[in-house]
Amino acid sequence: MSIAIEKHKCVGCGRCTEVCPGNLLQMRNRKAAIRDVRDCWGCTACVKECPRKAIYYYLAADLGGRGGRLYAENNEKEIKWQMQWPDGSKEEIVTAKQEANQY
Amino acid sequence: MNVREEQADILLIGGGAAGCYAALTLGEKHPELNVLLVDKANIKRSGCLAAGVNALNAYITPGHTPQDYVDYAKEDAAGIVREDLLLSMSEGLNDVTAKLEKLGLVIQKNPDGSYAARGWRNIKINGENIKPILAKAVLDQSNVNVRNHVNIVDYLVVDGKVCGAWGLDLKQEEIVLFIAKAVICATGGAAGLYQPNHPGTSRHKMWYSPFNTGAGYAMGLRAGAEMTTFEMRFIALRCKGTIAPTGTIAQGVGVPQVNSRGEKYQGKYGNTTAQRLWAVVRENLSGNGPCYLATRGISPEQAAALERAYLNMAPAQTLFWRESGLSPQEFDVEIEGSEPYVVGGHTASGYWIGADRSTTLAGLFAAGDVAGGCPQKYVTGAFVEGEIAAESAAKFAAEAAPKMDLTVIKDTISKQVQHFSGADTETPYTAERLEEAMQQAMDEYAGGIKSHYGYSESSLKIARRHIERLQGLSDNLRAADAYGMLKIFELRERLLVCQALLAHLAARKETRWPGFAEHLDYPEMRDEFKVFINSRLEQGEIKIIRRPLAAALEEAVS
Repeated sequence: MSIAIEKHKCVGCGRCTEVCPGNLLQMRNRKAAIRDVRDCWGCTACVKECPRKAIYYYLAADLGGRGGRLYAENNEKEIKWQMQWPDGSKEEIVTAKQEANQY
Repeated sequence: MNVREEQADILLIGGGAAGCYAALTLGEKHPELNVLLVDKANIKRSGCLAAGVNALNAYITPGHTPQDYVDYAKEDAAGIVREDLLLSMSEGLNDVTAKLEKLGLVIQKNPDGSYAARGWRNIKINGENIKPILAKAVLDQSNVNVRNHVNIVDYLVVDGKVCGAWGLDLKQEEIVLFIAKAVICATGGAAGLYQPNHPGTSRHKMWYSPFNTGAGYAMGLRAGAEMTTFEMRFIALRCKGTIAPTGTIAQGVGVPQVNSRGEKYQGKYGNTTAQRLWAVVRENLSGNGPCYLATRGISPEQAAALERAYLNMAPAQTLFWRESGLSPQEFDVEIEGSEPYVVGGHTASGYWIGADRSTTLAGLFAAGDVAGGCPQKYVTGAFVEGEIAAESAAKFAAEAAPKMDLTVIKDTISKQVQHFSGADTETPYTAERLEEAMQQAMDEYAGGIKSHYGYSESSLKIARRHIERLQGLSDNLRAADAYGMLKIFELRERLLVCQALLAHLAARKETRWPGFAEHLDYPEMRDEFKVFINSRLEQGEIKIIRRPLAAALEEAVS
């Protein structure tokens, strides 16, 4: 269970290094990098914090992962959760911030 | 490493639910006090609520009373609770909930404006941003200063009184001394003691925050504080693999557990939190597993609502459903038990405290998961404890601080840091390898997943020998930077918590909570163990103290 950083999208703002609850993200050569993917809790704080959608979340192979990527576009009203599958297709689920969980 | 000093009236260690609410209370009600909140990471997403939370699980709905909540928690813990603590916590639940709504937390409402209940003691929210909301409220307080990315290692103790703490600033690579008139510990409980469900790549895909390492317990033990009920471990019943919550489905949608034969088995085992887990363990051992939440046949609308709910607290589950094609509408959701944790927010492990949340050490208060005797507090209960501890600490801070000889303290701390500093190590072991060895020993011999949460006197003795051996080896570890040193300190915290936990498990010669802790030599509940098992660290050994259940308030901290 972990996140991955797409270096070509990273602008080096450092916001993810601030917000990771495990201090796992650091700047290396002005790009964000994770110390050890095995230490990630999977909270997606960094995914939601990144202004460039340069960080995605994925299910590791030992959790049944099949190569899908979960990105988040986070604004004041909603989070657009975007899933990208290995064949290039995409799906999106929007969670509205003013809407409580039904369950 | 450079040494930096900071002073405050009140030092708050840990900026999770309890710590942030304590800071907020001190900000709003005691603007005359100078408050420092120190967090290992950044309070915006640190602690248990990083990803969000699915519901507020401690709330008194109309028609119920705080005493109902006390009774429920007492039954769930088979009687081993401090009713005084539970009652003062329960009485504050609704006020802190109203406060959070004012700060911006979205709570589902009924048409008449009342909160929409999920059960008689919990309500529906959107908890994805609960931590950023709290953090913002804390940062808005002019008398509260936040120090992010500083990991506290130990208290400063002078003549038996806690006068501050010291830690490592992970970004500045500095040692920091915080000197205060009163200290509130809100560091959370302990994860990572036992081998997790997925020991490889996904070793940190666990129920509790893997960054909660039991620091507060370890600091308290080292300073001589009395602890309670470590042996009431918490083991979470979760969705298979993703370790996502099951309550959202079981309680929210309202579906039963079924085994692989399609049988509803829960009735055979009882319905306490521990029994719901125990049911799965027994069904698996009987050849009836795997076990599931019977979601097949729910409506498309229900499935879509579940997907959104999980994104707000455990996104892995939604990704798993979409990616695997195993949608909850078409397939039942497989469930499993997690590894055991030591916590005071679901179960009752932690500091032995008074009604005012004072610990047995003068100047030190505790709130949230690190505070014992008061289970089922969840998020809102942690807020209430933060509030009570804040008021008590404020009162205590009115006294003058004792004079401290900082020269000697600084020298001792520098030597300790120096001991673990260095790029070259003569040991072939690393903190990571020793942590794995600790988790393996606890798993096999102290009732982990592999041993179906059961243990015996003989197996606990073997576990104890391993922990002693690893404690010795950990002394030889060295690190080149503050983060590396953090890993060494975390390992040593966990080893000390394991040492205490093993003593507690051995001392309770009965099985009171099948599932959470099964003593194979004593498979029944025994009347003589209707007591608290407490402990203190004395000359490196855990000394067990038995305390009566009905401890009066004044006796609680004596």
